[in-house]
Amino acid sequence: MAKITFIQHNGNEITADGIAGMTVMETAVKNQVPGIDADCGGACACATCHVYVEPDWVAKTGKRNPMEEDMLDFAFDVRDNSRLSCQIKVSDALDGLRVKVPEKQF
Amino acid sequence: MSDVITTDVVIIGAGPCGLFTVFELGLLDIKCHVLDILDRPGGQCAELYPEKPIYDIPALPLVTGADLTSRLMEQAAPFKPQFHFNQMVTSLEKCGDTDFVLMTDGDLVFNCKVVVIAAGGGSFMPKKPPIPGIDAYEGKSVFYSVKKMEAFRGKDVLIVGGGDSALDWVNNLQPITNSMTLLHRRDEFRAAPDSVNKMRELVAAGKMKLAIGQVTGLGGADGMLSSATVKGTDGNSFDVACNTMLPFFGLTMKLGPVADWGLNLTENLIAVDTEKFETNVSGIFAVGDINTYPGKLKLILSGFHEAALMAQQAFRYINPGERLLFQYTTSSTNLQKKLGVA
Ligand SMILES: Cc1cc2nc3c(=O)[nH]c(=O)nc-3n(C[C@H](O)[C@H](O)[C@H](O)COP(=O)(O)OP(=O)(O)OC[C@H]3O[C@@H](n4cnc5c(N)ncnc54)[C@H](O)[C@@H]3O)c2cc1C
Ligand code: FES
Repeated sequence: MAKITFIQHNGNEITADGIAGMTVMETAVKNQVPGIDADCGGACACATCHVYVEPDWVAKTGKRNPMEEDMLDFAFDVRDNSRLSCQIKVSDALDGLRVKVPEKQF
Repeated sequence: MSDVITTDVVIIGAGPCGLFTVFELGLLDIKCHVLDILDRPGGQCAELYPEKPIYDIPALPLVTGADLTSRLMEQAAPFKPQFHFNQMVTSLEKCGDTDFVLMTDGDLVFNCKVVVIAAGGGSFMPKKPPIPGIDAYEGKSVFYSVKKMEAFRGKDVLIVGGGDSALDWVNNLQPITNSMTLLHRRDEFRAAPDSVNKMRELVAAGKMKLAIGQVTGLGGADGMLSSATVKGTDGNSFDVACNTMLPFFGLTMKLGPVADWGLNLTENLIAVDTEKFETNVSGIFAVGDINTYPGKLKLILSGFHEAALMAQQAFRYINPGERLLFQYTTSSTNLQKKLGVA
């Protein structure tokens, strides 16, 4: 189990229990985190699960995969710490992970 | 306005469930017209995952979204469905006791006895980048699609994006524009290599500009754009002069006009019964991802089952008083004739 905190655009925080093997996107959807639309259900085909990983966690969450990099072309305001949350797998190593949710996915 | 098209059934949505509905209705001699906003059949399978494998279509251990679509088209072909692509159904109203009238954004008008809503996750609409103040420019100097190329003649056009739509329109519009700039967040493009090469040749020949960065603001007055502020990869901002902008950030699904047709909705889905998959308005059915009922699973196979059952009730509306015979395609010469195999 890993605690994952989603920081809303307005500063509100939602902390959810992530289950190892599930994705950060699934954790958000299961806990009804506003702002994660996930139109394609995690197939890396829609870019509506975009999050910004907090700087201290960038190394632990790892690099974007090539398909994700391509899909980020369809996200708005992409930054160095941008990820598609359906491409981050929850593991014990990510206990305490903090990600920012953009104001709007689109 | 064009002439009214009269038919038995109009199917809204050419996704997998809409396509299989053509087949099930066809077996009962019911003719249909099929409408979709997209420019091709397949719905989510074609738009979101054409290359991805699907493993849970009965008797097809593995089929891609694109292949499933072409097989469904083949299966429906004997019934000669009439397709109308690039048409969004904007209104649906009852007309008299038994008929419905539908209108599209392309000014097509249909009159029919039965409507099947197979609108899936809703209408595919272009994603609108949340740039502050963009609403004021939309439809005047910011567009999400090209309806008529002529509208861009002599303009200073900024196209934003790195996919096929962005690159295709850069290459197609460049010859008629006054100036063309392509803006993308990185100097790599997911679009087809041919169109990327063509764009690079235009840039090398000084016929257009390529800028790397992301739009953060728009300048202009009264809906007319004069520049876009861009944040470059080094974090510094610069302005791109333009009087027309075309952002291409892909499509997203929104419920769209379906919400306004007086149908009972539950969490943005159309409530139906599980015997006929009919809505609260008799004669209007809903199949596939757009409907909901206790136990609903958003799977393609559920939509196929729903289509078979709704077709029975559609037959009763279209042929009142006629008896409906249950037949197998394997053994009924009548069905095989319809399929063109007997
Ligand atoms: C990445 C991904 C993977 C999937 N994998 C599977 C899988 O393995 N197995 C499975 O069974 N399912 C899978 N699904 C779900 C499956 O794709 C859907 O269940 C299926 O597409 C639903 O079909 P449909 O015909 O109901 O709707 P859709 O495919 O959504 O098609 C609806 C169509 O209606 C059109 N439309 C909507 N409103 C209007 C309007 N007002 N006017 C005109 N046209 C309109 C839309 O443009 C769209 O083309 C997956 C989905 C995704 C996104
Ligand atoms: S949920 Fe669609 S890309 Fe992540």
